[in-house]
Amino acid sequence: MCLAIPARVVTIEENHMASVDIMGVTRKISLDLVPEAVEGDFVLVHAGFALQIVDEEFANETLELLKTLPFFAEEEGLNVLEEA
Amino acid sequence: MDLSGFRDPVIARGLIDAIAATKTGQVKIMEVCGTHTVAIAKNGLRAVMPEWVTLLSGPGCPVCVTANADIDTAIELARRSGVIVTSFGDMMKVPGSYSSLAREKAEGRDVRIVYSPLDALTLAEKNPDREVVFVAVGFETTAPLIAAAILRAKESGLENFSVFCAHKTVPAALEALVNDPEVQINGFILPGHVSTIIGSHPYEFLAEQYHVPGVITGFEPVDVLQGVYMLLKQLEEGRSEIEIAYHRGVLPEGNQHARELVEQVFTEMDADWRGIGVIPGTGLKIRDEFQYYDAVVRLPVTLPEPKEIKGCQCGDVLRGVILPFDCKLFGKGCTPEHPIGPCMVSSEGSCAAYFRYTDYGKA
Repeated sequence: MCLAIPARVVTIEENHMASVDIMGVTRKISLDLVPEAVEGDFVLVHAGFALQIVDEEFANETLELLKTLPFFAEEEGLNVLEEA
Repeated sequence: MDLSGFRDPVIARGLIDAIAATKTGQVKIMEVCGTHTVAIAKNGLRAVMPEWVTLLSGPGCPVCVTANADIDTAIELARRSGVIVTSFGDMMKVPGSYSSLAREKAEGRDVRIVYSPLDALTLAEKNPDREVVFVAVGFETTAPLIAAAILRAKESGLENFSVFCAHKTVPAALEALVNDPEVQINGFILPGHVSTIIGSHPYEFLAEQYHVPGVITGFEPVDVLQGVYMLLKQLEEGRSEIEIAYHRGVLPEGNQHARELVEQVFTEMDADWRGIGVIPGTGLKIRDEFQYYDAVVRLPVTLPEPKEIKGCQCGDVLRGVILPFDCKLFGKGCTPEHPIGPCMVSSEGSCAAYFRYTDYGKA
């Protein structure tokens, strides 16, 4: 029920509404909770409202961080995967 | 935005190995978000946990924790003439004491599923001679949307829209679980999108007063594995902190503007949670200033005496005291096609997720 998915703000319209692109689908949502969003931002959309601006850099940083885990870096671990 | 890395099997494998290498002794980890329940079941993550890690599902499905009296209220509202009741789809089949919204619809009442509270506003605009009631069930993620919808209705002078608010807030419910002698929880996987709104600070008492750690976690398989790994590391090292794994969606301070809207429209009240009972201060009541938009004030209803469902153990499932398989009705009298309890009705209910995605005969 608390599902939210990232969408790109395409155009900002009147009354705090915006058209967003959700994986190729265009939807109209409200920016009432994120009035600072601008066109081009990615926002998390839940039931027709943007909840937050999503920072792609944070996403990339998390993935990079995970790749430094000891088991990820160990050659042995990766070899097992290649065999599989 | 490319998030495929969060479904990357190589990264997932690295995390599974890292989890297997932690040394914590037997631990029980609970998630408290229906979307996590589904993510864990759908991706088979229980099967890749080491023998000493048990993943429990808690009271994370808003529909499931809604008390019978609240469902009865929604039904009585639908029975009033001239009323259109709107709600999210999850609410339709949930049984109250004597009926469900779906059954009321079948019997001719005007009950409609909407995707957003904005749709309910549009419906009210198009039907000026009808009363449109939005039945609001949810946690902190959804509460600001309801606040915004009420503010929009007020601003545009929309007079035939109101809300029946059965909303609940999460942190104090976690405290109730930690204090429950029947429940053992060593750490919480904390809800991602509830935390998008409230941030990480409201959970800090869990770590500080109760020494139960928590990690705010996202919803892709790699997110969940990362959350579990971070919790196990805390337990292994004897730490108890509230950490954020889901950095792309959650700031420590949350969304302050959204919280201000909630504060403007709602005030706290006590709320009755199915299976847990009344938890002080976990409900949201529409403030007197916005009373005009409060459905139970504008359209008072008389409720039947609430009746509990015989044999249903949803209450114990929601507290993590038993697993869905342990309920006598699971998979026998109670299935997603013919659900008896709410945990089997909602797609995010623990029982429905176990039924759909687990080979329960072998569990």
